Amino acid sequence: MLQIDLWKRVLIWSLCALGLIMALPNGFYPRVEAHNDATASLEAGFSGNGLEEQAAMWPNWMPSALVNLGLDLRGGAHLLAEVQVEDVYETRIKALWPEVRNLLRAERATVGTIRLQPSDVSELRVKISNRDAIQEAATLVRGLAQPVVSLTGAGTTDLVVTTEGDEIVVTLSDAEKLATDERTVQQALEIIRRRIDEVGTREPTIQRQGADRILIQVPGIGSASELKDIIGTTAQLTFNPVVGRAGSADAAAGAGNEVVPSLDEEGVYYILESAHVVSGEELVDAQPSFDQNGRPAVSFRFNPSGARKFGDYTAENIGSPFAIVLDSEVISAPVIQSHIPGGSGIITGNFSVEESTNLAVLLRAGALPAGLNFLEERTIGPELGQDSIEAGRIACIVAFAGVLVFMFLSYGTFGLFANIALIINVGLIFGLLSMVGATLTLPGIAGIVLTIGMAVDANVLVFERIREEVKAGRGPARAIDLGYEKALSAIVDANITTFITAVILFAMGSGPVRGFAITLGLGILTSVFTAIYVTRLIVVMWFERRRPKTLEV
Amino acid sequence: MRLRLVPQETKIDFFGKTKLSLGFSGLMVVLSVVFFFVQGLNFGIDFRGGTTIRTESAQTVEVGAYRTAIEPLNLGDVSITEVFDPNFDDDQNVTMIRIQAQDGQEAVTADVIRNVEVALQGVAPDITFVSVESVGPKVSGELIQTAVIAVLLAIGAVLVYIWLRFEWQFAVGAVAALVHDVVLTIGVFSIVQIRFDLAIIAALLTIVGYSLNDTVVVFDRVRENLRKFKKLELKEVLNLSINETLARTMMTSVTTLLALIALFVLGGDVIRGFVFAMIWGVVVGTYSSVFVASTVLLKLGVKRDWSKPDATVGNQFSNIDA
Repeated sequence: MLQIDLWKRVLIWSLCALGLIMALPNGFYPRVEAHNDATASLEAGFSGNGLEEQAAMWPNWMPSALVNLGLDLRGGAHLLAEVQVEDVYETRIKALWPEVRNLLRAERATVGTIRLQPSDVSELRVKISNRDAIQEAATLVRGLAQPVVSLTGAGTTDLVVTTEGDEIVVTLSDAEKLATDERTVQQALEIIRRRIDEVGTREPTIQRQGADRILIQVPGIGSASELKDIIGTTAQLTFNPVVGRAGSADAAAGAGNEVVPSLDEEGVYYILESAHVVSGEELVDAQPSFDQNGRPAVSFRFNPSGARKFGDYTAENIGSPFAIVLDSEVISAPVIQSHIPGGSGIITGNFSVEESTNLAVLLRAGALPAGLNFLEERTIGPELGQDSIEAGRIACIVAFAGVLVFMFLSYGTFGLFANIALIINVGLIFGLLSMVGATLTLPGIAGIVLTIGMAVDANVLVFERIREEVKAGRGPARAIDLGYEKALSAIVDANITTFITAVILFAMGSGPVRGFAITLGLGILTSVFTAIYVTRLIVVMWFERRRPKTLEV
Repeated sequence: MRLRLVPQETKIDFFGKTKLSLGFSGLMVVLSVVFFFVQGLNFGIDFRGGTTIRTESAQTVEVGAYRTAIEPLNLGDVSITEVFDPNFDDDQNVTMIRIQAQDGQEAVTADVIRNVEVALQGVAPDITFVSVESVGPKVSGELIQTAVIAVLLAIGAVLVYIWLRFEWQFAVGAVAALVHDVVLTIGVFSIVQIRFDLAIIAALLTIVGYSLNDTVVVFDRVRENLRKFKKLELKEVLNLSINETLARTMMTSVTTLLALIALFVLGGDVIRGFVFAMIWGVVVGTYSSVFVASTVLLKLGVKRDWSKPDATVGNQFSNIDA
C-alpha cells in the first residue's frame, strides 16, 4: 500500500538535494563566473590584480559549474565555414609533376619526349611522343602511388593513372580524396582553434559539422567580421628572391617567376621567383615589436633548418632585394644589408599596432591548409542578449507564479505538493543543465517556461485519478495508491512521445533549436521524476502524519 | 472551495455532430493548404538566405528615410519593419531590416553589410546594429530540407510508437490529428504572414509533442475503458473516456497556456513568433485530440476482444454506426 522504503526516500531526497546544489551557482551567476575565471588564472600561474579576492567570492568546496549561455543570450559571433578541400587536391597534383618528369626522363629511350599538357586543376596530363610505350609509361607512373593512410581506405593507393591516346592522366583516388579531406578539415579546425585561443576569448565553440564544415562560435566578440579577420586570412608567409619591379599585373614574368602586387603601394608589382627561400611553416615564433624608428613591426625566429636556409641565402645575396610575401602580396622588399645568421629577423611595413599584433598571431598559428567559404554568419550584440535574459527571467517568474496559484486553487493541499515538486523540478533542470555543461539559449528559456506549464500535467493526471477513485467510494489510502497506479501508463506514454520529438529536435537541430530540445528533454525527465517520485513521497509523508479519514483533492 | 474548470461529472456527446466537426477540420485544412500555395510563407533568412539587421536608435524611426538610404545600394528586395514591444524603453527604437540573398554569391559578403551600415548611419548617427545575421543560400536550402525531414521523422516515430503501444487504428487517429495541427499551424503562419524561421520548426515539433501528449492520455483511457466495458458501443466508450479525461485536458491546457501567455507578453519580440506558434498549437492540439484523433478512431473502429482473435462481434466493421 502506501509504503515507500527508507532507502528509496533517502535516495529521492538526496537526488533532489544534489540537483538543487548543482543549480545553486546559477543563482549567483556574475559572482561564480568571476570566481571561475579567477581560479583558472590562478591555476595558470597568474596572481595579483585582485584575483585572490575574486576567487574567494565563491567557496571552493561548492559546485561552481554554470549553465553556459548561448550566443543569443550572451552576444557574440557565429560563423559557419566550409573548408574548400579541393584546394588541397590541386596542390597535391601540382606537386607530382617534378616527380613524374624525373621518372619518365630516365626512361626517355622507351617513352620518348614528355610534355605537361594544360588540364583541369584536379588532374595532371602528360603527353609522351612514343605512343606505343604509353602502357609502360603508365605502369611506371603507377609505381609512384602510395598506399592510402586511413581506416576506410585501407588496401587502396592514392593515385589513379589512366591513359588517353598518347596522354597519361593522373588523378587522386577517391579513397585518397576522402583521406585528404579528413586531414585538411582536421588541420583547419586545429589552426582555427589555435588562432582563436591566441586572442584569448572565453569559451569559444569550434566544432566540425558534417564532412567539410566548421562551426565557430565566440561569445563576447564584437562582430562576425572581426572573427573572420582573426581566422579568415590564410597567412601564407614566404620569403622570395626579387627579380624586378613592374608597373602592372600583366608584366611578363618569365619562366619560373610570378608577378605579385605590393600590399600598400598602389600600382606597384614585383616580379619574384616562384620558388621561395623559406616559408612561414619554418617559423617558431613571431611577436609584435617595433623597429628602430619606433614603428610597429613583427619580429620572428626560424627553426634550425629555416635559419640555415635563411642564413645561407642572405650570405650569398648581400645587396640584392628579397620580398616578404604574405598571402600573395608583398609586405616589403628590403635589400639584404648583411648576412643574417641567427635565423631571426623583423618585418616592417606600414602596420598599425593592432595589425602587427594580428599578423604575429596569424604567423604563430600557421597557415590554413585551404581556403574558407563562409556560409552563415551571425552577430548578436550583448545588449540584445541581456534584454532577452531579462525578458525571459520576468516571463519565467510570472509563468511560475501563475501556475503555482492556479494549482493551489484547483487542488488545495495536493496542489501545494505539486507546487513544491514544480519548484524542485525547475531547480533540477538548471542543475542538470549545469552538470552536463549544456548551453542555454533563448528558445531554451522558452522550453523551460513550457516545461513549467506542462510539468504539472503528470500531477494533474494523478490527482484527477485520485478524485475519480474517491468518487468511486474508495478509502483515502487506496485512492491515492490506485490513482498513482492507474495514471502511470498515461504518464509514461504521453511523456515518451514528447521525449521522442525532443530527441529528434536535438538530433536534427542546431544552435538555438538544439538548446530548446535540451531543456525540453531534460524538463520531461525531471518532471516525470518529480511527479512519480517526489510528489508521491510528499503525499505519502503527509498521509502518514495526518491519517485523514476523507480525502480532499 | 476548489476552482474547477469542468464540472465534476460531464456527459457531453462529442460525437453527436461528427460530420460538422470533421467538416470544419477538413475545411480549415483545405484553407491552410490554399493559403500556403497562394500566399506562401514569410520565410526568414534561415530558409531563403539573406541578411537581417536589427538596428536600435534613440531617434524615432522613419522607415521611409531608411529605405531611401539603402535604395541606392541596389540590393534587390529589402524589407524594413519597425518593431514594437512593451519591454522597450521610450527612446529605444528598433527596426528589422531584411535583405535578400545576393545573386551569384554563395558566401555572405561583409561589404554589403558594411555599406548598409554606413548608409543608415547617415540617417541616424546614433544607430547601433544589435544583431546582424546572414545565411547563404546553400545552407538555407539544407535547413529547409532538414526541417522537413525532422517533422516527418517525428510524425513517423510517433506513429510507430503508438502502433506498438496501442493498435494501428489509434496510431492513424493520432497521426491524423498531428498532421491536422501541423497543417493548421503552417496555415495560420501563411495567413498572418509572421516570419517563419528555424525556431518555428522547433515550435512545430513541440506542437507535435503536445498534441500527442493530449491524444495519448485520451487513448490510454479509451484502451482501459474498452477492456472494462466490453459490451459498450465504441462511440460510448470514446465519449466516456473523453469526458473522464476532460478535467485533466482542460487543467493542463490552461497551465500550459498560462505559462506561454506570460512568455508571449513579457518574453520580448525575438521569440514572440515562436511562442505564438506554440500557443496556437496548444489550442489546436487540444481540439484535435478530441475532435480529430478520436473521431478518426471511431470511424476506423477497433478490434475489441483481445482473447478471441477472430470473433465476429467486435471486428472493425461492426462498430461503424455512421
